[in-house]
Amino acid sequence: MSAGIGVDLQNLWIRFGDFVAVRDANVNINGGDFFSFLGPSGCGKTTILRAVSGFLEPSEGNVLIGGKDMKGIGPNKRPTALIFQNLALFPLMKVWENITFSMEIKGTSAVQRRKRADELLDMIALPGQGDKLPSELSGGQRQRVAIARALCAEPDVLLLDEPLSALDLKLRQHMRTELREIQQRVGITFIYITHDQGEALTMSDNIAVMRAGVIDQIADGKTIYNDPATAFAASFVGENNVFRGTVKRVSGSEVLIATGRSGDLAARISTANQGKLREGDEAMMFVRPEALSVATDGMSGDHCINVRVKHEEFEGNVFNIFTEDAGGKEIKVSLPNTGQSFQDHTGQTITLEYETRNAVAVPAGELAAE
Amino acid sequence: MNMSFLRLSIWVYLAIFFAYLLGPLVIMSVTAFNSSAFPRMTPWECLTFQWFAELFQDQRILNGIKNSLIIGAGTVVLSVAMGLAGALMLTQVWPKLRATYYTIIIAPILIPGVVLGISTLVFWDRINRMLGLGADSVLSNGIFLTVIGQSTFIASYCMLVLVARLQRYDIALTEAALDLGATHAQAFRKILLPFMRPAIASAAVLAFLASFENYNTTTFTFGEYPTLTIELAQKVRYGITPAISALAFIIVALTVFFALLNEAKLKRQELVAAARQKATVEELAGKVRLPSFFAGNMAAVLLVVFAVATITVVGTATAYNPQQCIANVKEQKRLEAEQRIQELRKQREEQRKQREAQEAEQGAAQPATPRPSNNSGFGNVFAPNSLGNDGNESDDATPETDDAPAGNGGFGGVFDPNSLQGGD
Repeated sequence: MSAGIGVDLQNLWIRFGDFVAVRDANVNINGGDFFSFLGPSGCGKTTILRAVSGFLEPSEGNVLIGGKDMKGIGPNKRPTALIFQNLALFPLMKVWENITFSMEIKGTSAVQRRKRADELLDMIALPGQGDKLPSELSGGQRQRVAIARALCAEPDVLLLDEPLSALDLKLRQHMRTELREIQQRVGITFIYITHDQGEALTMSDNIAVMRAGVIDQIADGKTIYNDPATAFAASFVGENNVFRGTVKRVSGSEVLIATGRSGDLAARISTANQGKLREGDEAMMFVRPEALSVATDGMSGDHCINVRVKHEEFEGNVFNIFTEDAGGKEIKVSLPNTGQSFQDHTGQTITLEYETRNAVAVPAGELAAE
Repeated sequence: MNMSFLRLSIWVYLAIFFAYLLGPLVIMSVTAFNSSAFPRMTPWECLTFQWFAELFQDQRILNGIKNSLIIGAGTVVLSVAMGLAGALMLTQVWPKLRATYYTIIIAPILIPGVVLGISTLVFWDRINRMLGLGADSVLSNGIFLTVIGQSTFIASYCMLVLVARLQRYDIALTEAALDLGATHAQAFRKILLPFMRPAIASAAVLAFLASFENYNTTTFTFGEYPTLTIELAQKVRYGITPAISALAFIIVALTVFFALLNEAKLKRQELVAAARQKATVEELAGKVRLPSFFAGNMAAVLLVVFAVATITVVGTATAYNPQQCIANVKEQKRLEAEQRIQELRKQREEQRKQREAQEAEQGAAQPATPRPSNNSGFGNVFAPNSLGNDGNESDDATPETDDAPAGNGGFGGVFDPNSLQGGD
């Protein structure tokens, strides 16, 4: 597998009039990586992609592909191929003509193109479908044709703009594994745009979490999930219970946060924020639903929360308990289904506990909208 | 009861509507085949194709058609090109000025053609003089001026047609082509133009028809190249002949033919698409069994019927000789005229006899009495000889006319009442 060609964004600013779409982005994408930009819609991730593919000139900063500055180089001259959100297959061309469009541009003969198209159709598991029109294919098949068309151009970097968003859930999950497989087979750099944290976590080597034009955190999926750098990253990726408060005491990498209604709670300061929290600072603490468990009666301390159970639901693999604390704030608990019997707690007051290493403290900040 | 009445009235309305719409065309077409020298449907005289022959021998009409075709072709090229440019501008460039730009580009449609014609003439004359060119330069050439003048507003029509299609174009397709390495020119030629092809074809047909039928603008700009409409207008001034009906019939027939052809083609595409939907992968890769041309294609059947009918008519026309019929009709007309003359003469004869009888009764006592009864009470004022005729002259004439029914004289027997039966 070739090492692939990397992409670097250096101090990238993109403005539309007064609106800042991308604010000082610095990203280093390794060659051969599957890299995702994850963020809610309108956060500027598509703008970054268009800047990389060459449809948009950055207002400031540089886009480097394979170490070369791309300033002034048009989209047709860049070693990138973009898969559009709506796929943008050419409706009047047959599938094989679509796939080999990049060869047609170079003047390759029809026989050679047809041969290449058949190879690629085999690769995307659509053998013999070359003579159909795009409109005669199903959504998932069109998706794969778009990938084949992009790969046919032999790009060094493949850019994907939410390509799975139009598919239904089952197909989306299937295409996730397929995309990852294709990426590993061809060994080129994939830059993937999505607002679906599940997609980003399952496929990516590295993820950049974006919020309103700012990149909050760049790390692999595990780190982002377990060790978020900001309140936004913690609340956007996966489910999280949030506790607001002020820092009461800092001791090494741990912190005690005085929350209004749940008392003083202990948490670990996330790696990115070591040394940044001081006594008296506004802080937020995040505990995943699966990190909470029901404590034995009479337990108390800086890792226990007293709550009243509102309702419960059985989801199959997990048992969810929806509770609220003294202030009326909802706290969700997910207990893994390991075959134990679940007691019905509805209406009762129970105590929840967690391990301090599973509670992450970050400086107070903007949360992801529900 | 109520429903059936409603349905009936809808049918009646439709009948009236279509009669209003198509009636004039049908009547005009029919007159092209009547041998009557004035275009009319009744009385039907003889089936004839002579007006078509006459049409194709009329150098001015043929020249007009030639000029119209040249100008039409020029207008199609110029208008579609300008319309496409305008449409691209409207949909892809200048989003902020869109409304203003739209108003400006639509304005020529709202301006009377006469004004466009005059302004074209004046404007290019000005340019011509500024460049110091003579009166025979390209800029004052009739074809050039007419193409330019017509295109000023036909381009706007084209733009409207093209914009409608362009609004459904996904700009991402162009971006995808660029991203795959195409230049802007390649993306335009390979992606946008094929997408626009149906609309370009519609716009071209529209532009050609608009150019072909234009009179208002052309009348100022045609110079030494009168188009068909100009020639027709000039001809009609000196009286209308069925040759013009023949031309109208040809135009109607061509229109129907191409409309049917288009319809058949569209239906065919639909059927092919449906067949492709059902076809398996193997069939698509190999030979797809497509439906036969006529299956489920009403328009195609009509088209063939129409074509066969046309060939039959043309075939008949070459073989058919209406001379005998025309001669008969002429004969019949002359006979009718003769009969009328005969009747008048009889009437006059009776009057004369009456008068003579009266004169005999009254004797020679009142020989100078005028004959008031002669002119007042009788309807012989329309007699060919009555104008300017004196009583005496009419008296002198009678002996001559008295001979006519008896002797065949110099008329060769055509005035013989018996020849009517003989001719039939």
